[in-house]
Amino acid sequence: MARPALSKISWAWLGIMPFFLFAFLFLLYPSSTLIIGTFKDSKTGAFTIQNVLNLLKDPYILGAYWLSIKISLTTALGGGIFGFLLAYSAIRGGLPRFMRSSLMTFSGVASNFAGVPLAFAFMALLSPTGMLTVWLKAAGINIYTQGFTLYKFLGLSIVYMYFQFPLMTLIIAPAIDGLRREWLEASENLGATTFQYWRYVAFPILLPSILGSMILLFGNAFGAFATAQALTGGQISLATIVIGAQLRGDVLNDPGLGYAMAFGMVIIMTVVMTIYSILQQRAERWLK
Amino acid sequence: MKRGGIVWSWLWMIVGILYFFLPLLATFMFSLKAIKGIYSFKSYENLFADPKFLTSFSSSVIWAILTILLGIIIFVPTAYWVRLKVPQLRPIVELLSLIPFVVPAIVYVFGLVRTYSHPPLLIVNSPGLLVAGYTVLSMPYMYRAIDTGLRAIDVQTLTEAAQSLGAGWGTILFKVIFPNIRVAILSGAFLSFAIVLGEYTLAQYLAKPAFGPYIGLLIQNKAYEPAAATIISFALTWAAMGILELVGRGKQVQLVGGH
Repeated sequence: MARPALSKISWAWLGIMPFFLFAFLFLLYPSSTLIIGTFKDSKTGAFTIQNVLNLLKDPYILGAYWLSIKISLTTALGGGIFGFLLAYSAIRGGLPRFMRSSLMTFSGVASNFAGVPLAFAFMALLSPTGMLTVWLKAAGINIYTQGFTLYKFLGLSIVYMYFQFPLMTLIIAPAIDGLRREWLEASENLGATTFQYWRYVAFPILLPSILGSMILLFGNAFGAFATAQALTGGQISLATIVIGAQLRGDVLNDPGLGYAMAFGMVIIMTVVMTIYSILQQRAERWLK
Repeated sequence: MKRGGIVWSWLWMIVGILYFFLPLLATFMFSLKAIKGIYSFKSYENLFADPKFLTSFSSSVIWAILTILLGIIIFVPTAYWVRLKVPQLRPIVELLSLIPFVVPAIVYVFGLVRTYSHPPLLIVNSPGLLVAGYTVLSMPYMYRAIDTGLRAIDVQTLTEAAQSLGAGWGTILFKVIFPNIRVAILSGAFLSFAIVLGEYTLAQYLAKPAFGPYIGLLIQNKAYEPAAATIISFALTWAAMGILELVGRGKQVQLVGGH
């Protein structure tokens, strides 16, 4: 009895070995390089936590993390609110039905349209000679003398918003679909105002979904590299840009610090995605 | 819902539409201005006449096809086998398939270069590494699409029926399972296609010809040609998403990775 069962188990394991081998070679092993590099003295090869300590007191790296966090927070919040308003308008706003499917298609395209072409599209729109800049100038508003520039925080945020709000629209739509019309009718029958309906019914139900989606947006912006690199030519010190520069040539003058910085990004992303999955589970209670 | 609400709804939609189309309109108008004073398609002609355009673009298409093939070869048998024989391994496989979400592309390529750029593992120059890297980036979408497809069919019964007719594992996979999850594979494939086609980070740092880095280079050196390339890239994204929508209602979201 025991022998066939045993051989069956070993066979079953074998069937999945190609996947594990692939995952090991191209996912786990390169990731372990980051972890090992973080905790290894780059000269002696001994175990050390000095790289982490150096990272935590390096104003340039901390500044880069902070700038990445700021731009991710800004665009997650802005993109989250606007994406939600769009999705709600299209689904429950009384608009013609085709608006909804068009919005979803546009959102699918826009959330996938990123990187170098996206950067160029906004240069054509908002650079000093861009279409909108010229239009506004003709209308008497010179945004570049008002302190605006496409290549700094505000400009990059506007560009990021292009893939942030459509992503919000896509992922929040199922939650808005889950808001039952009966709840609105019931609260209206009980004499609730629109504000009270939102304050006590809709908002509490949607909150985990909205927060979860915004956190996903945060992660989406936090890991973004190509768009910022192409737009600013690497002149804005986001965490991803610094890691890119470190990879081209040791700009930090310390390989260990580079590893620690890359590993730090993975840690932040892991925290972000864990919070997302917890909120997602809470949100699903209402979507059944 | 409320009468006043509909005005707001239209307002938000109009702002959304402007946000979506204005950058594209600006790019398109700009792409027509290659000859001073008149509108022309000269920038597109220049672009198509550039041999580097063809090389980089066809390279990207080849990377995309290889990525999709490698993804299918690895993930279909895995997802099938997990469902059929080793469901206890499902949490581990799913967790692995989601790891690319927490590793930004630039951090991932950092790890790849540092891992594989010195002997005995000097494979950083191999095109295979780029394809493997793209397969990892597309894994969350590809694996999930395939797994969702398998959920919709009765894997157990199909397998037993095929076995009782004398089919071997190869026949079962390629003649029974594959055709039944064709739609799911296609939707994963088009998403992978859209991701790989415009991808910049991996191709740039692994120094391989690709469309993304090519547009990046154009931006630095030319004025009107990058506009034409941007329009083409956008049209392709649109086409991939359009086909994706026709093929199936798969999740069409690109998350962390490509931006």
